[in-house]
This record gives sequence, C-alpha cells and structure tokens, in this order.
Amino acid sequence: MTTTRIAETAPTAPPAPHLGAGDRLRLWWSALPRPYQWGIGVPFIALLAALPILRPPILTTQGTDFGGVLAQFGMYALLAIGLNVVVGQAGLLDLGYVGFYAIGAYTVGLLTSPDSPWNQTDTWLSRHWAWVFALPIAIAVTAVSGLILGTPTLRLRGDYLAIVTLGFGEIVRLLADNLQNITGGGRGLSGIAFPLVGQTPTRTKGVFSAGNTHLPLNFGTWWYWVSLALIIVVLLFVGNLERSRVGRAWVAIREDEDAAEIMGVPTFKFKLWAFLIGASIGGLSGVLYAGQVQFVSPPTFNVINSMLFLCAVIVGGQGNKLGVILGAFIIVYLPNFFLGRSDLFGIPIDGNAIADYKYLFFGLALMTLMIFRPQGLFPARQKLLSYGREVYVVARRAALAAAGRLPAADEDGAR
Amino acid sequence: MRSSTPRLAGVALVTIAGLVLVGCSSKAPSASSTGTSGALTIQPLVQIDKAGKEVKSQAGGTAANPAGDGKATCASTTTIAMAGALTGANAALGINIANGVKLAIKQHNDANKDCQVQFKGFDTEGDPAKAPAVATQIINDANVIGLIGPAFSGETKATGAAFHDAGLLSLTASATNPALTTNGWNNFFRGLANDAVQGPSVAAYMVNTAGFKKVCVVKDDSDYGVGLAQQITTGLGSAADASCALSVKTGDKDFSSAVQSIKSAAPDAIFYSGYYAEAAPFVAQLRTGGVTATFVSADGTNDPQFVKQAGSASKGALLSCPCGPAPADFEKAYEAAFNVSSGVYSVEAYDLATIVLKAIDGGAKDRASVVNFVKGYSGDGLARHYQWDSTGELSSALIWIYQVK
Amino acid sequence: MLASFDIGALGHSFWALTISGLTYGSIYALVAVGYTLVYGVLRLINFAHSEIFMLGMFGQYAALMMFGFAPQGDAYDMGVAQTLMYLGLAMIGGMVVSGAAAVGLERVAYRPLRRRGAPALVFLITAIGASFVLQEFVHFVLPKLTNNTLGGLNAQQPIRLVSPSTQFTIFGATVTNVDIAIVVSALALAFATDRFINGTKFGRGIRSVAQDPVTATLMGVSRERVIMLTFLIGGVLAGAAALLYTLRVPNGIIYNGGFILGIKAFCAAVLGGIGNLRGALLGGLLLGVMEMYGQTVFGNEWRDVVAFVVLVLVLMFRPTGILGESLGRARA
Repeated sequence: MTTTRIAETAPTAPPAPHLGAGDRLRLWWSALPRPYQWGIGVPFIALLAALPILRPPILTTQGTDFGGVLAQFGMYALLAIGLNVVVGQAGLLDLGYVGFYAIGAYTVGLLTSPDSPWNQTDTWLSRHWAWVFALPIAIAVTAVSGLILGTPTLRLRGDYLAIVTLGFGEIVRLLADNLQNITGGGRGLSGIAFPLVGQTPTRTKGVFSAGNTHLPLNFGTWWYWVSLALIIVVLLFVGNLERSRVGRAWVAIREDEDAAEIMGVPTFKFKLWAFLIGASIGGLSGVLYAGQVQFVSPPTFNVINSMLFLCAVIVGGQGNKLGVILGAFIIVYLPNFFLGRSDLFGIPIDGNAIADYKYLFFGLALMTLMIFRPQGLFPARQKLLSYGREVYVVARRAALAAAGRLPAADEDGAR
Repeated sequence: MRSSTPRLAGVALVTIAGLVLVGCSSKAPSASSTGTSGALTIQPLVQIDKAGKEVKSQAGGTAANPAGDGKATCASTTTIAMAGALTGANAALGINIANGVKLAIKQHNDANKDCQVQFKGFDTEGDPAKAPAVATQIINDANVIGLIGPAFSGETKATGAAFHDAGLLSLTASATNPALTTNGWNNFFRGLANDAVQGPSVAAYMVNTAGFKKVCVVKDDSDYGVGLAQQITTGLGSAADASCALSVKTGDKDFSSAVQSIKSAAPDAIFYSGYYAEAAPFVAQLRTGGVTATFVSADGTNDPQFVKQAGSASKGALLSCPCGPAPADFEKAYEAAFNVSSGVYSVEAYDLATIVLKAIDGGAKDRASVVNFVKGYSGDGLARHYQWDSTGELSSALIWIYQVK
Repeated sequence: MLASFDIGALGHSFWALTISGLTYGSIYALVAVGYTLVYGVLRLINFAHSEIFMLGMFGQYAALMMFGFAPQGDAYDMGVAQTLMYLGLAMIGGMVVSGAAAVGLERVAYRPLRRRGAPALVFLITAIGASFVLQEFVHFVLPKLTNNTLGGLNAQQPIRLVSPSTQFTIFGATVTNVDIAIVVSALALAFATDRFINGTKFGRGIRSVAQDPVTATLMGVSRERVIMLTFLIGGVLAGAAALLYTLRVPNGIIYNGGFILGIKAFCAAVLGGIGNLRGALLGGLLLGVMEMYGQTVFGNEWRDVVAFVVLVLVLMFRPTGILGESLGRARA
C-alpha cells in the first residue's frame, strides 16, 4: 500500500526547489532575448547540418550510408512534428497518419511518374522542376484529404477516433494497391521527378539523384539538408501557431474538450484545423519521400509505419515539438546504428540480429515508457503562451536571486 | 493485492515455459514427420523453351566448382557483397541467397589458403526506400569487388543507376522484372530468366503441351505477382478467362470467395501468380472446396514450404521456375552448413558467387575486370549454362517445369 | 479501377457465401466478445487482443503436438468421438495459453497504468507496444526457445485433425462438418458466456463494475478481480476462436496472423455496439457475411476495404452500434 501512495503522489508533489537539468535549460533558454537565441541556435543548426560531412566515428552507421539515414530521419522528423500537432497539441489520437504521408507521396508520383496516366512532366511541368511544382499541389491535396477525413469523424472522441483513423490509413493503402490502372497497384510508380540540379560529369543526374553516391556529399546529405530547411520552416510555423489563439484552443481541447466548448472555444473548428495542418505536414514529408526514393509502392504505407510514427511522438514527448524530433531520430537511427555492426566499443555483437529485433525493442520501450514516464523522454511543460518571455525573465531573476540569497533553497524561494 | 502479482505473472511464465517445453519435447516427432510429408516433393518434370516445347537438358557439361584448383591467390580484403532483405518480413528469400553465396565462398576459402574472400551481407529489408543508402555504403566500401543482388526488382530499380555509375558488378539471383535490363546498365546481369521469358514459356506449355482450354489467372498484389500475371495472361491468349481473373492480397490466408468464383467458372487449370505463403492455403482451400483443376504456379511458389504447408492438396501442382533443380550434393552441403534446407534461388546465388570467385581466382583485382570477366563468361553451373547477351540477360534462358509428386 | 460490379456472381453462389460468411463471422464474434467485455469494464480498446488470439493458435498447435500429432500432408481423420476429443483438448490448449496471456498482459502492462490513473491514450499506446512485443516474441524468440519448432517467419506446417467433408446441402450450397463444428461451438460458447455474464454472481460483478465502478467497489465488488475475470473470459474465448479458425484456415498459424483478424473483430464489436455482448455476436456474424458478399460483388481485393468502410460508416452514423452499448453508459 505504501508503494501505491508514493506512486500516486509523486507526480503531484510540489516542484522540487532545484529544478531538473531539462527544466533549467528550458528556463534559461526561454529567458534569453531573441537575438541571443538566434546566436546560439544558428551555429547549432549549422552543426546539425554538418553531421553528414563530419561523420563522427562512432555515430556513423556501418551497414548503410549515414547521409541516407539522416535523410530518412528528416522525413520522420517532419512526420513527427505533423503528428505532434494532432496528437500532442490537440490531443486527437490518429493511428492512420501514414495515410496522409501516402497521399503526399502518391500525388507527386501521379503527377510526375512516367508510369502514371496523369503524368504531367511532358506537358506543363518541366522535368527539371516538376518536383518543386508538385510540392505545393501535394500539400494542398493532403490538406483537402485531411478535411475530408476530419469533417465526418472529428465528432468522435478518444479511442473511437483512433480506430476510424486506423481504418482510413488502411483504406488509403488499399486504394493505392487496388486501383491498378492509376497507381500501378503493387508495381508502384517509378521514375518520379526530383530536382535536377548540380549536374556534373560524375553526378550525371544531379546531386539529388539516388545515383549520386559520392561521399560525403551524396544524395542522402543533400536530401537531409532539404529536410532540415523544411523542418525549420515548419517549426517556425507550428511554433507561432502554438503561441496563437489556435494553439491555446488546442491546449484547451486536449485538456478538457467539454470545458473548452462551454468556455466558447469552437472545438470542432479547431480540431479540424489541427487535422488539416497535421495532414499537410504529413503530405510534405510524403513529397520528400517521393523525391528522395523516386519510387512509391503501397507496402511502404502500412499500419506498422503509422505505429512507428506514433512511437516517435510518444517516445519524444507529446506536445514538445523539439522532443518529437529527437523521438524520430531515435526511431530511425537506432536500428540503423546496429545494422551491419560487428563490434561496439570492442565488444563483439551481431548487429544485424539486433536490428532484427527492433519492433520487439520498440514495443518494450513503449510499454516501459508508458508505465514509468508516460509523458515521454522530453516531456512538454505547461508554459505561458503569451507574454512568455517577460514572465520567464522575471521568474529566472527571482529564482537566481532566491538561489543566491538562500543557498539551502527552501520551497518558497523556488516558487 | 501485491502478493498476487507475482503469482499471476508466474502463471503466464509457466504457460510460456509450457509452450517452449512442448516445442522441445516434440522435436523428435516433427523430424519424423518430414518423412511423411516427404512423400510429396517438388520434382523436375521437363525443361521448356519459349514455345513451351521440351528441351533436353544438356548433358556433359560439369558444373563450375567454387573450390577451383586450390592455388588461387588474392588480397585478404577482397569482398563479395550481397544486398537484399536479411531482416524483416521479406527476409526468407534474401537469406536463401545470402546462404548460397556464403556456401560458395566457404568452399572456395577451404580449398584456397592464399585467397580468403570475405562475405558482407547488406540488409535492405527489401525496401526501395532504404536500398539507395545501402547502395551508397556498398559502393564506397573499396573492398567490395562484386555484388550478388539486389534481390528484389523494386530495390534494383531504385539502386541500379548508382551501381552502374560506380561500375560495380550487380549480379542478381532473383530480380525478374523484365524492364531491369532495358536501362543500359552494362554492369547488371541477371542469373535467371526474366518474367517475360518465364510467362510466355509457361503459358505456351499450359496451352500447347498440357492442353488447358480455360485458365483462371489469380495474382497477388506484389510487384512480382502483378508483372508475371500480365505476361501469363497475354501468353495464354483466349485460354485466359477474364471472368475468373482474381486478385488477392499478400498475407491473405482465407480464400473462400475466390474459391467460390473459381468453382463456378470450372476451369481446366488455375495459374497462381505469387508466393508460396498464399499459394499453399489457396490450393488447400481449392481442393477442399471441390475444385480439381490443375494448380499451376511459378518460382515464387517453387519452395519446399509450399508442399509442407499445403500437404496433400499440393499433389500434382505444376510449378515453373527459371531455376534448375538443386543437386543432391549441394543440398547436403547446404544443410550441413546452415541447418535448413535450401530454398528458391539458393542454387542461383551459389552459381553466381562461383562465377565471381572464378573471376577473383583468375586475377581480377578491381571492379571493372570482374564486370569484364562476367561479360565474357560462358560455363555450366549447378542450375544451368551461364552466358549473357549484351543487355545482361542470359543468352539461352530456359524454364524448368516441376511437379509435386 | 473498380472491377465491374459482379452482382451475378453474388446471386449465383449466394448461399455458399452466406454459409462461408456465417462460419467466418462466428469466429469474429468470439474474438469480438473479448474486445467488448474489456471495453465495457475498462473503457479500453485492448489493441493487443489480436495477439492474444494469435497466441491461442500457437497454444492449440502446441497442445496437439503434445498429444503426439505431427504436421503431415493429410488430415488425420480419426473417428468422430476421437476427433471431437482431440479437438476439445486442443481447444483447451488454446484457451489456457490465451487466457493466461490475457491475464498476464493485464497484470504486466495495464495494471501499473491503472494504479497511476493514466489517461485512455496511455492504455492504447501500451496496448500497441504489447502487440509489437507479442508478435515479435513469436517471430524471433519462440523459434529460438523451441529449436525452430514453433514460431518464426513462416506459418506453422498445419496439423489437420479433420478434413472438411460435405454433410448436407442447402439450396445447392454445401455445408461441411467443419462449418458445423465452428458455428455450433461458437454459438455454444457465446451462449455460455451470455449466461455467465447475465446469470451468475461473477457476471453480476462484471456488470456492476461496467455500470459504475465506484459504487460497485463500495458494494463490496473487488474491481481488480472483476477486471482479471474479464480479461480471462476474453482470452479464453479468443483461444477457442483460435482453434476454430485453424480448423478452417490450417495455414493461418503465423506470428502476424492475428492482426487483421483482430481489427475485423473489433469492427464487429463496434458494429454490434461495443460493450454489448449480444451485439458482438450479431456484429461478428453480420460482418462475416457482408465481407463475403462485398468481396464477391466488388472483387476479392476489396475485402478489407469493405470491412473498414463498414466500420467508418457505423461510427459516423450510429456510433453506439446496432444494439447500443448496454454494458456501459455514454462513450468516453
């Protein structure tokens, strides 16, 4: 019985006088003026972008190309950010998110693949820039599909919504599989357009072609840079939304939908917005997929992948848009880290066998995480959405002052 | 309350332990059971050409032996890579191929003390999305002198250009999509007949030799199944009955509705274009549903698992394959090395790896000379005679028809 | 494109399809009961229930092996009495494994969450995780433990106790002994469950917790015991369904063989009204029949689409299902 009480009271215990490392970092960061934030953020991003060039010894994957893994991480990071809008911010559990990913990828495929009956690259889309032109179209199509799915289903709640979206994801995949005259069915669509830039005698199809295997600036590196740029744009967009009226409405819906409705939040409208924005970001990631792989086929878009995306969000920490990016990194990177590795720090391992067990480990991780840290590894903290910085500056000053005056740090000081 | 938790967890543990125990204790009867189902095996029936006519398999030629003369010398870093699905849902085929390659290399290394060739398996999970990154890794591994793979057509499509640009030999033991050799990749060779050969040959055999008047073509939703079904349907011409042409899904285990449609169509034969995992329950349900028409399928089904799974329902099924029958010696060596029986494409992989090993033994030290060696190669393997035309297709691609007897 | 609507084929083999659908549907129904009971009591979609079913298939297979049956090409086809006895024993094997797995899952995965008062989402994600773990356990770990006898990448080589043989015909459609065995046992089990829930003290406990957990606890009902019992019943029925399923689809014993069937069974539960025991039965039978008709009319490849579209439509227009939610109150 005693253990039970501890377990129950632990989360609601008063905030400890000395904050955790994560919270300290958060408070410090939030209190920094904007220029300082940029000053630290830009070199950090540059460092991230340089990863595929630096290829740090242990970090670099052995069974597969590091740049390629990072490019895949880029797609998953976008998916995680998008799914986080739906699941983490608005609290709508979506198990069919892969459907939007598929719609984005297939829109580009249908517009630019020579196998498709709707191929436009011979008419008004130039082969060189077809991918870039198809990008906004694909995002629009996915947004509309989000609207189509959301309008009838968003009146459902909780588990029911989860199952309906699961059904939707499967229906999208099955349609791609069954409508053989359009999507090629199981044969998929190949030869999808990608940006033809930087053609040289050694890189005959340009830097973005899968044929560009010249290290370190191979195709993976270039696609990773594209996805990094897109991630930054999307993060700025989502971050601003989060701090706006829309973001506040989402939080209200997530916490208590009935209360939000009574307080005058048009919940249906904002849920639909969340769905639509989430869908568009998923579609964007699908566009990246189509361009990078230059081939789409239905098995890529099965339910298991939907669950993996959800894993990324849950592991990273729902609602924390930077956390979910780390979640995506873990999901993509870890199996690839072990792939083809025969020893780790001198200990002989069978990397392929470990990589084989990835779903087992993901499953175990999800279960343990839900028991011991349901908020994820990098949980979101409730914070003031307006006038945030001013408050943090004051709070930090107060905390520092309190710490300086009272080294033993009693509870009042911290509060 | 707390005390009951371990008790119940204990119950669960005991159950799992029970499952395990059962598995262990029943080892003996299941080993003997291979004897009972061993009554039915896939046996070579006839070798056919594109018109469906019988071709006597050439006698006289002795298959190339990876061991060679035992005097070869090469750098100890020389590596043969294999790319394909080694983990995940599609791993069975990839592992068959990897094992075939490993066996050839092992036999070579045992005989040649001064030429220890390394093997490196690269896992693509059969996923075209992951294959390009793996290809980059292979290409940038300077020790890799030749590649057996990629295994599937989809990933070959996604990576072919990269291997071509790198001039790395890409010798596939299993990718049968006809379009792969039309890209001008002069480093790409196919060690077996493609679907455009297999389809018409088998169709001609069904119509001309077996005399089927009405055939229901059933396909799964894989790249392979769809492509082959198209070739077969064209080849069958008027014998293919469009009204009972059905599609099923990879992973399906219940085919009641398809059985009903086929029953009411009453065909002479059913051609299943797909893999054994679905073909086995399908044929079993056809038989219990009272359909007695001949069951015909291709290399995706030509696997010992098909007979094991379908049991007596598989009796009389005709299975084509661009692969030759595995000789008894090979099978014995394979089972001794890997503790499983060889599967589809193991023999091809072994043959193709042997050819690359011959190139290495012959003094090839870089990628270009290996490609050149293969281009000019002509010789017998365990499965067939290997010689390639300018596009990388086998110059004489014959199909074997097997029957479950 | 949509293969032309083949209404003719539907008319042609209408009765055969109906019988097929009912047989399949009664399997859905038994699995659906597991979803419905757990949902009724806990408001939790036990996403891992499909894996409990899958374990049941392996359980009955292991039981048969224990009794000396080995996979072989032909059915064993012993006398009626002997076949029934071994079928019964195999069913018990499936029930024991599934029941234990369900209770074990509840203890290991869900109970710690309940103690922490976790929100519904956390339960669902745990269920997804458990689903992964159980599948991969059978996929990779079980073959290592059993020297490749059980589990692994390929489906189990089937042990066929009995081969289907026609017993009689209705309107030209044949009814086999297997069909009869499946439908009769499923109905018997469903009836027994219904009696148990509606007619016994334990059942009253389950219903009272479903109605109002707090009051039920105050009235002396042990909530934990009721929850355990619920999982046990669901698991046991899934184990029974597993045997019936393998009677019909002997090749279906594979690590991922429960997933789609589980989703379909959940559809069936929703169709009938989730939380409603009789609804699950009705929903299962309906879904089985609709799927058969649907795939005949639209083509085989549309089978799963039919099921999912039915699910989406039901949830949109009548979220409480055909018979309504009777075990519980309003939705979460």
